[in-house]
Order: sequence, then C-alpha cells, then structure tokens
Amino acid sequence: MDEIQKTLLEQIAGLHEVPSGAYNIRANGGMAARNTTANIDIVTKEDKSGIDIMIKPGTKHESVHIPVVLSQSGLKEMVYNDFYVGDDCDVVIVAGCGIHNGGDEASKHDGIHRFFVGKNSKVKYVEKHYGSGDGKGERMMNPTTEIELGENSYMELETVQIRGIDSTDRMTKGKLMKGAKLVINEKLMTHGNQYAKTAFEIDLDGEGSSTNVVSRSVAKDNSKQIFLAKINGNNKCAGHSECDAIIMDNAKISAIREINANCVDAELIHEAAIGKIAGEQIIKLMTLGLTEEEAEAQIVNGFLR
Amino acid sequence: MLELIDVSFEVEDISGTKEIIKHINLKIDDKKFVAITGPNGGGKSTLAKLIVGIEKPTSGKILFNGEDITDMSITQRAKMGISYAFQQPVRFKGIKVKDLVKLASGENISVSSACDFLSEVGLCARDYINRDVDSSLSGGELKRIEIATIIARNTELSVFDEPEAGIDLWSFKNLIKVFEKMHKENQKSIIIISHQERILNIADEIIVISGGNIETVGKSEEVLPMLLNGVDGASLLRRGTEGCKFHSEEE
Repeated sequence: MDEIQKTLLEQIAGLHEVPSGAYNIRANGGMAARNTTANIDIVTKEDKSGIDIMIKPGTKHESVHIPVVLSQSGLKEMVYNDFYVGDDCDVVIVAGCGIHNGGDEASKHDGIHRFFVGKNSKVKYVEKHYGSGDGKGERMMNPTTEIELGENSYMELETVQIRGIDSTDRMTKGKLMKGAKLVINEKLMTHGNQYAKTAFEIDLDGEGSSTNVVSRSVAKDNSKQIFLAKINGNNKCAGHSECDAIIMDNAKISAIREINANCVDAELIHEAAIGKIAGEQIIKLMTLGLTEEEAEAQIVNGFLR
Repeated sequence: MLELIDVSFEVEDISGTKEIIKHINLKIDDKKFVAITGPNGGGKSTLAKLIVGIEKPTSGKILFNGEDITDMSITQRAKMGISYAFQQPVRFKGIKVKDLVKLASGENISVSSACDFLSEVGLCARDYINRDVDSSLSGGELKRIEIATIIARNTELSVFDEPEAGIDLWSFKNLIKVFEKMHKENQKSIIIISHQERILNIADEIIVISGGNIETVGKSEEVLPMLLNGVDGASLLRRGTEGCKFHSEEE
C-alpha cells in the first residue's frame, strides 16, 4: 500500500499498522491483505465482488477489520460483504471506506453489508467514511446495511462521515427477533456542495425487541441533507428515533420520520430538531476568550463527538 | 480600573425607543469588590452586558485600564482580562465540564487541575469532570460549574450576574468563600449583581441601580443599613416586583 492509502486507513479505521485479529484490507478494487483466525474466517465470494465473514458460535472478544481504500481516480466498485455471526458471540467489527481522489473523474464505492446475527450475541459495528484529494472528481459512497438480529441479540452501529464525501445515499435496514436490541448512532457533517441522504427502516418483529436510532448532524455551506427514519412496531416492542441537526450558512436539512404501530403494545417515539447554533453558546465561549469562529468550531466538534 | 463615562443604552420596541441605561458614570478601582443591587428591570444585567461587550452602548465610553474598549468585541475584552458569569448558564450538547474548564483556563491544564476548580465550588470533581454541560445537569450544578470557569480564568475583573440564584444554602456559604478568596488572596476586582445581604455585606462598595440610573453609591457599611432599614435605598428596592425583595441572611 502507498502513503495515501495508509493515511486513508488511519482515518477510517484508526490503523497505523496491520491490526491484530482477523482482517481484510481492500485497496483499489483488490485484496491488499487478509488474516483469518481460528474463530473468524474470511472467504472471497465467487459469484460477485466481496467477501463472506464467518464468525463461529461462542467467539468472544475478537475483532474483524475490513477497511476499503480507493486512491485511483475514476474507480467505481460495488462490493457485497456478508457477516454470519453465530450464537453467543461478543465481537467488534470495524469497516469503513476512504477515498482519495486527486483526479477529475468521479470515484465511487457502493457497498452492501448484510449481517446475520445468531441468538444471544453482542456485536459492535463501526463504520467510518472519509474523503480527501483536491481533484475535481466527485467522491461518492452509497452504503447499504441490512441487519437481522436473532433472539436476545444486541447490536450497536456507529457510523461516522465527517469530511470529504461529495455524495452519499445510505440505507440501513433492521429486522429484529424476540428480545433483540439495535442501537444506531450516526454522526454526519456535510460541507461545500455535498449531498447526503440517510435512511433507516427498522422492523421490530419480535416480542420485547427494541431500537434506538440517534442521528446527529451538521450541515455547512451549500450542502444538503435528508434523513428518513421509519420504525415498524409489529409486536410488543419499543422504538425511539431522534434526529438532532445544526444548520449553518446556506445549507438545507430535511428530517422525515415515520413510525408505524401494528400492535397495541408497540411503543414508538420519534423526535427531530433542526436549528442553528444558539447565539448564547457562541457568546459564552467568546467570554472565555475564543473568537466567534473558534467558538463555532468547538460547538460543532462537541456536537459530533 | 474600569470606567464608564456617560454610558446610555436604548432599545427599540413597538412602543418606541426605551432607555434601559441612562447616562451612567461609574469608576471601579483595581482590586475592588463592588456589589450592584436594585429592583428587577432596573438595568443591572444590561450594565453587566455592556461591560463584557455582549451589548454595545448607544452612547458613551467604557475604559478598561485606561484603554477605550467601547467598540471592542467580547473576545477582545475577555483576552484583556474581563470575565463574565451568566445569570442563566448556557448548556451545550457534547461539551464536557472538563472541556469548558480547560477552555476557560486558556491552557491545556491537567484533569487534576480542572478538578481543583470544581472542588472550589463544592462539586465532587470525579462525578462531574466527564459529564456533558447539558440538560442532565440541574440549574444549581450548572451555576456552580459556571463559577468554576470564572475561577479557572483568574482574570483581573470578574462580573457575576446573580451568582446566588438557584444555589442551595450550603453551597451559598462556600460561594461567599470563593468570592472572598478571589478578592483578598488573589487581589482581583469583582462586580457582583446580587440581592443577597451576605454578598452585599462582604463588598467594599454597593451601587444601587434603579430605572437605568445610579441611585446610590457608597461603602457597604453605609449603604447596607439604609437598604436593610428601609431608609432611602430600600424604598428603591420596594418599587420593584416581589422577586426583587431583599433577602436577609435568616431567610
């Protein structure tokens, strides 16, 4: 891997070197490195581009890193990654995609990640998106995440897209069995003329299943963001979605929420708030000696932390 | 030294121009502890905001250490050595108590130094240092954190707008110690807007502001008895609403 790819890797996965545990690093459309462990196997798909990640039942305190980096301008790829997590596991999965586009052609990474989580398992999934390079070519990412959570399983999804992605269309779907819980924390910042659409659709099918979808975002300059969150309560369940956004400059933000109760015992809540930075917050930080710009930066950084 | 020369402040509302501060002249010498009191709506908080730069005077001049700061920004005044504790402290999503204290101190202080500032305002630092300065904190907790940021700044002049509001009695006694320490040990100037007898009692000077005017200025030992005994100044206080009632220590 070259220096640009290494930098991207550090941004999206916090990796300075080869990670411990299982990993699969994809660079410019091909496999750059892979490691499997006794409990975690990674197999290249034969019918299409992508990998299958198989985690044996009972695997505890192990991690899988599957970062993707693109530094070749104009490269467009579509990748299918499937995760099979057995029963009684406790694992951390770190994905993420970094695009460096120094050329004039659009670079694009579309990924479909499917999770099949067994019973009583705990999964933490972290996904970071980052773009760099001063070429005119657009940096585009369209990730789809589909999650099926088995009985009494817990999954936490942390997605972050702070810088450099010109266009993104994200779809996250969840299907929860009895007693399963899905927690989603999304952090998003757009600037320049960027566009980001992010949609969630969660089916709370099992008795006692629950979800909490929290999205925090900042839209700057002329960027545009659209949020769609749909929670279907099909059983005795609890669903909560929250969109909290800071709007700046000439940006535009839409938050569209839908909750459907198909069972008398479904408890669903949605909250959405969009507003500019409160003037008194800026004033407070200015009284501590920060300039208006420094105060704004502090507030935005804290909000997206 | 802080000096206000013929300072006025007007606002426009539907009924026309309203004068909030009327041609105030005021000098606050170095290392002085000055309490400002008076009825609600009399212009006390506006005066504090004019001093720290949140509002700009319609006319008149403000000098700090001989330098004209009338047109200076909040940031410039803060850097020159003016601090301000909000009457209603601001809440932030995602900014931690630790961050706020560090920003206030102006340097990258250690967590243990940040904890020291919190301990001074009677907060168990370990419980608070990593908490967000958001709606999970009570009004009283937030108020004490606000005061801790002013201690951390340690500037030449600190302006407090009703620091006692929302603080329980136990904390209030500690608060008095905080002000005494700032004033006597650290030799800093303090302006406190307050209705509390114990605060007025430890001040060097009391200024009574009512209807946008300075009604009385004098040494604490001279002005306070007048306020408490209903002579002169106290009549001013009674002109206000219930909320501006003067609270004696027993209350």
